[in-house]
Amino acid sequence: MNEQVTSAQLTYVAKQNRRRRMVTAARVFVLIIFLSIWELSARIGVLNDFIFSSPSKIMSCMVEMIRDGSMVYHTGITVLETMVSFILVIVLGIGGAILLWSSRTLSEILDPYLVILNSLPKSALAPILIVWLGANVRTIIVAAVSVAVFGSILTLHNGFSNMDRDQIKLIASLGGSKKDVMMKVLLPGSVPMIVSNMKVNVGLCLVGVIIGEFLAAKAGLGYLIIYGSQTFQLTLVVTSILILCILSALMYRGIAWIEKRLEK
Amino acid sequence: MIPKLEVKDLSYSYHSMDGETKALSNISFSVHAGEFLAVVGPSGCGKSTLLSLICGLLKASEGSVLIDGKPMETGDSRIGYMLQKDHLFEWRTIFSNACLGLEIQRNLDEEGRERVRRLLETYGLEDFADARPSELSGGMRQRAALIRTLALEPDILLLDEPFSALDYQTRLAVCDDISTIIREQKKTAILVTHDLSEAVSAADRILILTKRPGRVKDTITIKFPDNAGSPLLRRNCPEFSSYFNEVWKVLREGGAS
Ligand SMILES: Nc1ncnc2c1ncn2[C@@H]1O[C@H](COP(=O)(O)OP(=O)(O)OP(=O)(O)O)[C@@H](O)[C@H]1O
Ligand SMILES: [Mg+2]
Repeated sequence: MNEQVTSAQLTYVAKQNRRRRMVTAARVFVLIIFLSIWELSARIGVLNDFIFSSPSKIMSCMVEMIRDGSMVYHTGITVLETMVSFILVIVLGIGGAILLWSSRTLSEILDPYLVILNSLPKSALAPILIVWLGANVRTIIVAAVSVAVFGSILTLHNGFSNMDRDQIKLIASLGGSKKDVMMKVLLPGSVPMIVSNMKVNVGLCLVGVIIGEFLAAKAGLGYLIIYGSQTFQLTLVVTSILILCILSALMYRGIAWIEKRLEK
Repeated sequence: MIPKLEVKDLSYSYHSMDGETKALSNISFSVHAGEFLAVVGPSGCGKSTLLSLICGLLKASEGSVLIDGKPMETGDSRIGYMLQKDHLFEWRTIFSNACLGLEIQRNLDEEGRERVRRLLETYGLEDFADARPSELSGGMRQRAALIRTLALEPDILLLDEPFSALDYQTRLAVCDDISTIIREQKKTAILVTHDLSEAVSAADRILILTKRPGRVKDTITIKFPDNAGSPLLRRNCPEFSSYFNEVWKVLREGGAS
């Protein structure tokens, strides 16, 4: 770093930093205004806080949930279900895509079925899954996997088939088999694509888990939302949704962090 | 004397739903040990196909390829193939890229690693052993790709326009560099190129193919004074332009017929 830093450069950096601080401050400001208006209208009775709840009620609900351990319990269940289905989607997605890649005939046979399964709204399957598998965790996981897995197979297979043919030729000219192509080029070369696919999948798995919990759970954030709305505890519903927001943001950040680590 | 490589009556056709493309027809030639053969011909005449056939990536429709008088087997490690692009993998270091062939042949022992290290050292890449391909210049990358091929100790090297992805300046230097290495290692080499001056400056003999389906139109033996060993020196010899014109004339005659 022995390059001359000109004053124009310094001015530019200072200006950018000022702008960035302004953006952060404005974001916080918008949130505070929103919460204040919400709280105020609930207090003076413009909004019916029985239906719309209020920030202070949500706060005390959160504190209560933390104290009696239900926050950790329900969030933990949802996280666990999401993680299990996410891992299953990764394994099945990569495995399925490799299988299709290794046989062109097989991929042509299965292609229309995968496309149909992928475009089918998976929530339509949930009631059948309950009948088949029972109202339990299995149903939730299968529902979550079914939301993400077909798209994942199709996306990864498409990426695999776009591989440079000359790279296959290179491996073959070094005496390698199709398995070598897979291990030395296909998989290591597809890491960025697999990770970006994971980013999509973690969100989809959470959607699937919540759908499953709506219908077939006795615990978890999806269960809390349904339970709260049926017993008219709207504060509980809004609090659960809030936790869900934080959860999905954290999961997305987690994958983004992995992505960044791999780029180095 | 048995030639190092003998190609006998080789023909090849590509098949697709749209029909058959006859790429090569009755090609015959032979290359002696240590000889440097260049192959030139119009675009699409089957030069790459010829190399793929020689190293067994494709199966000939007719004819045969003999190495040391015996039929060639697929995956024969006596043949090394260098493609137009270096295809060094960014997720590997230069050293492990150079080891790729040994790794695939399940042959990566301490001896092999040592050989790769020595090759990197001999050809000036030892400081880049742990670097990523993107940190190297085009010429250095091409040299690393050559080392990846040489690590398997092939007797015969097949080069398919290995310099055409480089800019002109680098191209002259790298061609000089690579052909010197190949001669030093006493390898038999077949170089496919579009660049006639490259062919004349690097080769002992030039095989000229007709347009598709490729047939042998002519072979021209190139002889330079002994003191003009490297391609760059050869380019300055008076013989250079007369050979160039000769090859050019033979190639153009095909265009008229
Ligand atoms: N996989 C393939 N399927 C069908 N036809 C092919 C295939 N590969 C090559 N061909 C055809 O065979 C002919 C010879 O191809 P080849 O790549 O060997 O030519 P080439 O001499 O190497 O050309 P260039 O100088 O452009 O590299 C071409 O006309 C090409 O269209
Ligand atoms: Mg070619």
